[in-house]
Amino acid sequence: MTEPTTGKPLKQIRLAAHFPGVNNTTVWSDPRAGSHIEFSSFAHFARTAERAKFDFLFLAEGLRLREQGGRLYDLDVVGRPDTFTVLSALAAVTERIGLTGTINSTFNEPYEVARQFASLDHLSGGRAAWNVVTSWDAFTGENFRRGGFLPEDQRYARAQEFLSTAVELFDSWKGDEIVADRESGVFLTDPKAGAFVHQGQHFDISGLFNVPRSPQGRPVIFQAGDSHEGREFAAAEADAIFSRHSTLEAGRAFYADVKGRLARHGRTHDQLLILPAATFVLGDTDAEAQELAREVRHRQVSGATAIAYLEHVWNRDLSAYDPDGPLPDIDPDPGEHTVARGRASVRQFRDPLAVAREWRERAAADNLSIRELVIETTGRQSFVGSPATVADAIDHFVQTDAADGFILVPHLTPGGLDGFADTVVPLLQERGAFRHDYTGTTLREHLGLAHPDAGTRTADTRRAAS
Amino acid sequence: MTHTVDQEGPLLMSAPSPLHLAVALDGTGWHPAAWRAPDARPRDLLTAGYWADLVAEAERGLLDFVTFEDGLGLQSSHPTEPDGRTDQVRGRLDAVLVAARIAPSTRHIGLVPTVVATHTEPFHLSKAIATLDYVSGGRAGLRVQVTARPNEAAHFGRRAFPPLRVEDLDTPAGRDLVTDLFDEAADHVEVVRRLWDSWEDDAEIRDAATGRFIDRDKLHHIDFEGPHFKVRGPSITPRPPQGQPLVTALAHDTVPYRLVGRSADIGYVTPHDTDQARAVVAAIRAAQAEAGRSGELLHVFADLVVFLDDDPAAARDHKARLDDLAGHPYSSDAKVFTGTPGQLADLLLEFREAGLTGFRLRPGAIGHDLEQITRGLVPELQRRGAFRHAYEAHTLRGLLGLSRPANRYAAV
Repeated sequence: MTEPTTGKPLKQIRLAAHFPGVNNTTVWSDPRAGSHIEFSSFAHFARTAERAKFDFLFLAEGLRLREQGGRLYDLDVVGRPDTFTVLSALAAVTERIGLTGTINSTFNEPYEVARQFASLDHLSGGRAAWNVVTSWDAFTGENFRRGGFLPEDQRYARAQEFLSTAVELFDSWKGDEIVADRESGVFLTDPKAGAFVHQGQHFDISGLFNVPRSPQGRPVIFQAGDSHEGREFAAAEADAIFSRHSTLEAGRAFYADVKGRLARHGRTHDQLLILPAATFVLGDTDAEAQELAREVRHRQVSGATAIAYLEHVWNRDLSAYDPDGPLPDIDPDPGEHTVARGRASVRQFRDPLAVAREWRERAAADNLSIRELVIETTGRQSFVGSPATVADAIDHFVQTDAADGFILVPHLTPGGLDGFADTVVPLLQERGAFRHDYTGTTLREHLGLAHPDAGTRTADTRRAAS
Repeated sequence: MTHTVDQEGPLLMSAPSPLHLAVALDGTGWHPAAWRAPDARPRDLLTAGYWADLVAEAERGLLDFVTFEDGLGLQSSHPTEPDGRTDQVRGRLDAVLVAARIAPSTRHIGLVPTVVATHTEPFHLSKAIATLDYVSGGRAGLRVQVTARPNEAAHFGRRAFPPLRVEDLDTPAGRDLVTDLFDEAADHVEVVRRLWDSWEDDAEIRDAATGRFIDRDKLHHIDFEGPHFKVRGPSITPRPPQGQPLVTALAHDTVPYRLVGRSADIGYVTPHDTDQARAVVAAIRAAQAEAGRSGELLHVFADLVVFLDDDPAAARDHKARLDDLAGHPYSSDAKVFTGTPGQLADLLLEFREAGLTGFRLRPGAIGHDLEQITRGLVPELQRRGAFRHAYEAHTLRGLLGLSRPANRYAAV
């Protein structure tokens, strides 16, 4: 046990399960890989996470199939079911685990999304959560009535107004209006139940919301962006943030930065949970796990995948290059990105010329081919080792404020979480850092978040619920 | 009418039922005072358990499917605006999500939520119903409706509809509005259907040798362009188990008959007697022919509101008690039937002679009338050789005698 002995009670680790997504983290070529569409895969995955007493299941979303070089991208898993519909069906085969859906605030309308989340919260007995994401690109907009109308700099403004409008809709029912008194014939106590008026820059709507207040009042709100605007949005509005910083140093810096923003919004340190995405590979020994992790990275980054990835940086057709050969000596095209479409991750390369320079230097120094370089720079799993090593590392991250927990992203569908549930979770439970069983029924209770009607959230309510 | 034979042998174990039965679920039933009946469960309407119990009962009765009512506004007794009433059921859950929540706990019965084409995105709806088809193992459908209500348009704020009175519907402006809404609905269904076909069945190849997960030549842009939307595609969700889940619509007049003729697998109609039934079936068959679909199996179901009991007087009393609570006799767009399950069976068989292929029954009070249907009417029809004794197919299309359709984008 590496934890400091300050007498401080152990922080309780939050754990969530991300259904394997449509990128090369998911290894579909493994003989054990199953369907990523059939409901049986989702049910297996959710039941495993619930057996392990995880806080919630997490589904990502993308509303346009990715293209590269003008054609559908065919090297990764392609396709997924509708988020709301799968989550509602999963509510039938689970009892406690939270159900988090990523739902876009650009290509939806608040009235519809609010009714879907309120309905999901009712149908799951208070287990719904919404990961609010934004989009602006005309490419995705081609699938929608709305089209690609939104200037990039307005996407957070719209997201924020979308969310606050949805909250107004959730709050338009107080929760005590339905009495259904047979004798007097009074069904509703208030003829104004559901009434709302919202006038803003992005939404000008009014009327009657038609879903009465749900068990959690509002779904738990997640935010996933990493920009200054994204962090501010999270600090002001979100209950949890899905971050990408899974190294200790980056994690602590991000944690301190975001938690430091809360006071300015009148919120306390424990009102926003920081949950990075994390990948993992387990083995009986650390050495075995390292060897397995190396194999997984090679499966994740085929030669063709390596070239495709390089094209994200170079913004050029590099299909003529040999993935086992050296990096291209031509420079990236620094203009508007045209090669890969429908992929938010290309935006991380703000200065492709600098990235290319850095990669060439590294490849030259370590004598790496294109494929080897991409494996080295992109594929590293967050946690690799024996169950004891991984449990130790996760606990260390949480106790030293690099995170409040993790959203685990297995590389296999649907069984990729089974080993973690069977071996790592019991070790975390033994050390008193993770629940042995659920103590509440709603996701807010699992996460130690107060009900929105309960007044100010405090550390006491959080401890009491965890 | 000749039923086409299902090409997927195992999906259809024997001939489809000679008559098809669905139940329309809405709150505690279709009578506005149904929630006050002693066996009603008005406080459970927002729970999954309530809907699971109803659908389990419908499945025990071997019904083809249930529909779930829905709308983009609060329920109202007024046809075009909110009524501010507090003495009737108000508030409901999203119908697609209710259907999805019930799917894993049922095995055979079809699940047909109501969806609204006005204001909504066909891309979202297509993948939602495709996913309902996955989570139910091929039992999904949709019932499409439109809304001209100005208050519902204001919930979206994207377009303003003029104030609407029922009498305005028969003016040129009213007719134009209705025509436009139904044309939009037809386009909506067209996009939904194209998106269902935008992946060929064997598009997912998982070819480890070449590293390709999909054969991208088997995914298709749909490139729909109409006055209300353009949609590029393909869907993000692969082709659903049934290929094309069921599309259904309620139709009262020429414009909606055209939607049924053009886009639907089932039209629900509201004849009040056999002559009307014959006329409406003829109108729908004409619309079907006009749409170039003469050879296709298009079901025409009559909607009926039913108040049932073991003897005629008890059925009358059952309805009368509810009417007393409401303060006026119940009326409906559909024929209101009050009587015994045996009398109802007589009527259904008579209507069937007029060319109707099935019925969607709206229980007056669900707590009472649903079991009258499943435990009274169904055995009565079975005795007369007019209804199935066991589910004969695993998919909703299979139950209705519809084959799994070829993909419009697949090379022949």
